[in-house]
Order: sequence, then C-alpha cells, then structure tokens
Amino acid sequence: MMIAAPDSLRDWQAERSEIAQLPTTAAGERLRARAQRTRRSIIRMIDQAGAGHIGGDLSATDILTSVFFGVMRVDPNEPTAPDRDCFILSKGHCAAALYSTLAAAGYVDERELDTFMAPGSALNGHPSRGKVAGVETSTGPLGHGLPVGVGTAIAAKLTGSDARTYVVTGDGEMQEGSNWEALMSAAQYHLDNLTLIVDRNRLQQGARTEETNGLDPLDTKLASFGWDVREVDGHDFGQLLTALTTPSDRPVAIIANTIKGKGVSFMEDRVEWHHKVPDAEQVRRALAELEPA
Amino acid sequence: MREQTTISDVPPFDEPVFDNRVAFAEELIDIAHRDERIVAVCNDSVGSSNLVKFRAEFPDRVINVGIAEQNMVGVGAGLAARGLIPFVCGASPFLTGRALEQIKADIAYSQHNVILCGMSPGMAYGELGPTHHSVEDLSWLRALPGLDIVVPADAEQTRLAVRQAASHPRPTFIRVGRFKVPDVTHGAAKLVRGRFSTVRDGDDVTVIATGTMVSRALQAADVLAAAGVSVRVLDAAYIAPLDIEAITAAAGATRGIVTAEEASVSGGLGAAVASVVAQLPAPARAPMRILGVNEFAPTGSTAYLLDHFGLNVDGIVTAVKELLTE
Repeated sequence: MMIAAPDSLRDWQAERSEIAQLPTTAAGERLRARAQRTRRSIIRMIDQAGAGHIGGDLSATDILTSVFFGVMRVDPNEPTAPDRDCFILSKGHCAAALYSTLAAAGYVDERELDTFMAPGSALNGHPSRGKVAGVETSTGPLGHGLPVGVGTAIAAKLTGSDARTYVVTGDGEMQEGSNWEALMSAAQYHLDNLTLIVDRNRLQQGARTEETNGLDPLDTKLASFGWDVREVDGHDFGQLLTALTTPSDRPVAIIANTIKGKGVSFMEDRVEWHHKVPDAEQVRRALAELEPA
Repeated sequence: MREQTTISDVPPFDEPVFDNRVAFAEELIDIAHRDERIVAVCNDSVGSSNLVKFRAEFPDRVINVGIAEQNMVGVGAGLAARGLIPFVCGASPFLTGRALEQIKADIAYSQHNVILCGMSPGMAYGELGPTHHSVEDLSWLRALPGLDIVVPADAEQTRLAVRQAASHPRPTFIRVGRFKVPDVTHGAAKLVRGRFSTVRDGDDVTVIATGTMVSRALQAADVLAAAGVSVRVLDAAYIAPLDIEAITAAAGATRGIVTAEEASVSGGLGAAVASVVAQLPAPARAPMRILGVNEFAPTGSTAYLLDHFGLNVDGIVTAVKELLTE
C-alpha cells in the first residue's frame, strides 16, 4: 500500500521555493519553525506507538529538515521521477523523524502518522520501500544506506542526470565496515554528486561512541578516504545549508555535531533516551518545551 | 579414489561439454547491446566472472567495487533504484555469505530489481576448500521471500536465465556453474518461472535434480532403464518460486522421489521438495532420498568431492533402487 498525500498538503513545493529565495538567516528561521513542528510530531508518534528511537529522531530532525526543505529537488507527486534527488535514511531506526518529515513534505498523509507501528500500518518501525513514498530503499540494519547511495550516485552519472544523493547515517553506525567499503568506492568513482551527513551525537545505544569503538578523528578519517569533509553544528540551519549547497569536486561528508534528544531538556545527551518511551507527564513536558517561541 | 589434481579438473563426461560461464558472458554482452540499462557490478572478479569482454565493449558499464561484497550488493540496489538493470557478479560463497544481509534488506525486502549472479557455485572450487564452496547459498536464499532462485542445468539454460532476467527484471539469484557440463536440454531448453521441466519421462521413480546434477540424473536414468526401471527426471532450474504442482504430481504418479543437488541437504532443493511432500495426504506422501552435501568437504578436486558425497551416477542409481525396495 502506497500512501499518497491529499492535495491540501501539497504546499511544500511553494514553501521550498520561498525558502530558497530567502537569505540564509531568514531561511534558517523558517526551517527552525518547521523542525520544531516535526519534533512535536515525533513525540506524539512515539507516545501513540509506545515505541521508537526518540533520542536519534530528535538529533537528526534539523538535518532532515534542511535536506528536504533546503536542498532536495524532488516532487512528492512523482516520488520515482527519473531525475529526482535521492534521500536515504541509513539510520532507519529514526523512522519517526523521516515519516514526520515526509508528511510535512507532502509524501505522506499527516493523519497516517497516527498509525506509526500499529498492526498493518505502512509505517513500520524501520522504513520500508514500496510502502511509503519517498523511501528509496528499506533500512534498519546499519551500514546499508551509504552503499545504496553510492549506487544511486553512480546511476545518475551513467544516465547523465545531475541528480544528487543524500545519505544520513548515525555516528555509531560508522562502526559498520560496509560504510568504509562504500566510502572508498565513492572516491574511486569521483562521486561529486553524493553527500553523506553523519549525525554526530556521540552516543550509541549503550554508551558514548568514544567509549565503545571510538570514531575520532572522524574528519581526518573521512578526508583520508578522499571525501570533502565539512564539520558543522547540526542544529545551526545556516551552517547546514551552507555545507549542503557548497559545491565540490569530491563526495561531500558533513559531520553534523548534534545533541541526542535535542529540544527536550531532560532527554538531551542522555544515553537512556536512545529508545526509552516517555510517560504521559514526560510527553506533556516535552511538547511544552517544543512549543514555538 | 581419484587422483587429486588442480581446480581446473572437472568431472568426466563421455559427451561433449559446454561452458556455462562463456554462455553467461556472451548473453550478457548481447543484451547489453540492446538495452543500455544493463550494467555489471563485481568484486574484483572481472576475470572470474567472465566480464573481460563485457568490459572491453562497455567500459563504463562495469562497476568494480573491489573486494567489498556488502558494498557491491548495496551499489546494485542503488543502481536499480534509478532504473538500471544491474547484474551483480561475484563468487557465490562470498556474494551470498558475506552480503547475505544486503541481499535480504537491500534486494529482497526492498524489492530492487537486481540480478545476483553467483559464480562458481557448489563445490566448483574443489580443493580450495569449504571456505570457497558455496553449498549453503540455496538454503540461505530460500528463506528470503521475493527472491527468485534460478539454477541452470546447462549452457543453453544459462543463456535463457540471463535473457529472461533482463527482460523481466525482478530480484533474482542465478547460479552460474563453473565447470563445463553436457547439453541436457538439446536445443529445446525451457525456463519457465516457477516451473521444473521434464527432461525425461518415467513412472517408477522421479529424480528431481538441479544444476550440475541434471546431467548425472539423466545418465543414471539410462543405467536404470537398462535394468528395467523407468525414471522421470525433472530439471529444477527454478528453486524459488518452487514448482509445488510438479512435486505433487511426481509424488502421486511415481513410487518415490530422489533429489540431487550440489548443495547442502539442510534447506536446499531436497528440503524444499520434502516440505511439500510431507504436507501431502498420507497416500501421496512418497518416500524420498535427499542427495547433497552434509558436512564441510574434505580436501579434493570437484570430481573427487562429488564422488565423496555420492553426487554421481552411482549415488543416484543406488538411491532409486533403495526407494524401489521400500
């Protein structure tokens, strides 16, 4: 079952064009408001489902918002258009952030978000291709998205398309060896049409990344693999947009320094909120903190 | 005991033999001329996957990711996501073993139309040993819904497998045999999705064989015919989807079923057939013998190993005779 958005939700293209015209600071303000709505949606989805990966959802929200509302050239009415840009959420456990973003972008009916992880829902706990428009490939097991992104980027080159591919991985996920296979391939094939964004929240399921299987110096590692590395504050929309839009003759890796649980004070940078589900009082407090200023 | 030789040593046949890999390569080049969506992806296996000529003709359409099977299968999925038709080629043990999760999540579950080509499957790598044998591939891949599994029996069927995969792309695994085998389809090769083909009719016992075992099953049928036993030989070129109808018919019309595969007895063709037979009503529940590989192989050439596991004419003849005495 593919979920299509009703026409009333398809104001996204207009919003995107508008944002594109704005100076970076003003665009950032628009994106921030958009991201706060997505965060509230994530809290409600996880509350309703009684499950989810709330910490990583909230750390990745600003990245997803920047990509979908700031740079992607796609049309939710034609999600498999030959010249579309591709987006792959390799950290598939953060499906709630993706579904909320896809709903805001007009791929998914916002009312469907209430079915997140419900029996028979298209909105599985990890994104499933063919069930949700805008999901290019099923993810969930870590280390899968970047190789597929290398494939879509090579395909764009082979077919003479100027489409870009954007892949978001978690930072803990960079411990998977398959990512490093793909990083080598991207350089070998000169994939200047590929952007990797690492959601560098420094926490993985059980502990800090550096206490588990340290990634630092991640920038040096990625650069030595032939990538154009840009390090940004992953919650600063100006920095994100600049990093996303500055061209390069190499594959681009953006290390987005983020805070797991960003936006909800009692969840921020706390390892237990990897996939803890808030109780009713915590939901109330979280939504209150995420109200627009 | 056969004297041990090199991995080029192939099981002996009296008849002329034909090269599956040459057929595979020629056919791939042919369809690539006609359809620019055809690309090849490989893991440093341009030579062993017989892609040298393909690369010479289509240098941009061979994506060699190096020794990186997980990435190779993921790249295949990405190419398919943008509408290309990738033939992802690698030695079968590494393609299916190392990248099994990618085959599951990126190909079968994601339903990306990638053609996975398992080169040199079974025990084709002989004395290189069990690390290089691919006898588990059928068992592993049968567990994945939405993935076709094709095991051609001869060069002509290999051509058909490539051609059909390209014309109706869907997630598919094709086992491309390394050693030369006789022509078992004699200019009338058939390959129908989800169907076995009857390569010899008979009514005492059915032998369901796949890949390299089909030619042996036919030889065994000749031996048994001389002894007055009539054997039906089914060529199980499609392992998935499985031909439940043909299995049911064989269980009803003959006195027993022997399966033969250059693959593990745990979860391969024999297990698939047995799971159908076991669920038939009691009178149709034919007795079975499952011939295959049941342990990590000892050191030896392919020919030696096939004999070791009874995957030869004698082994099939013995199994048929056992069924007839039950």
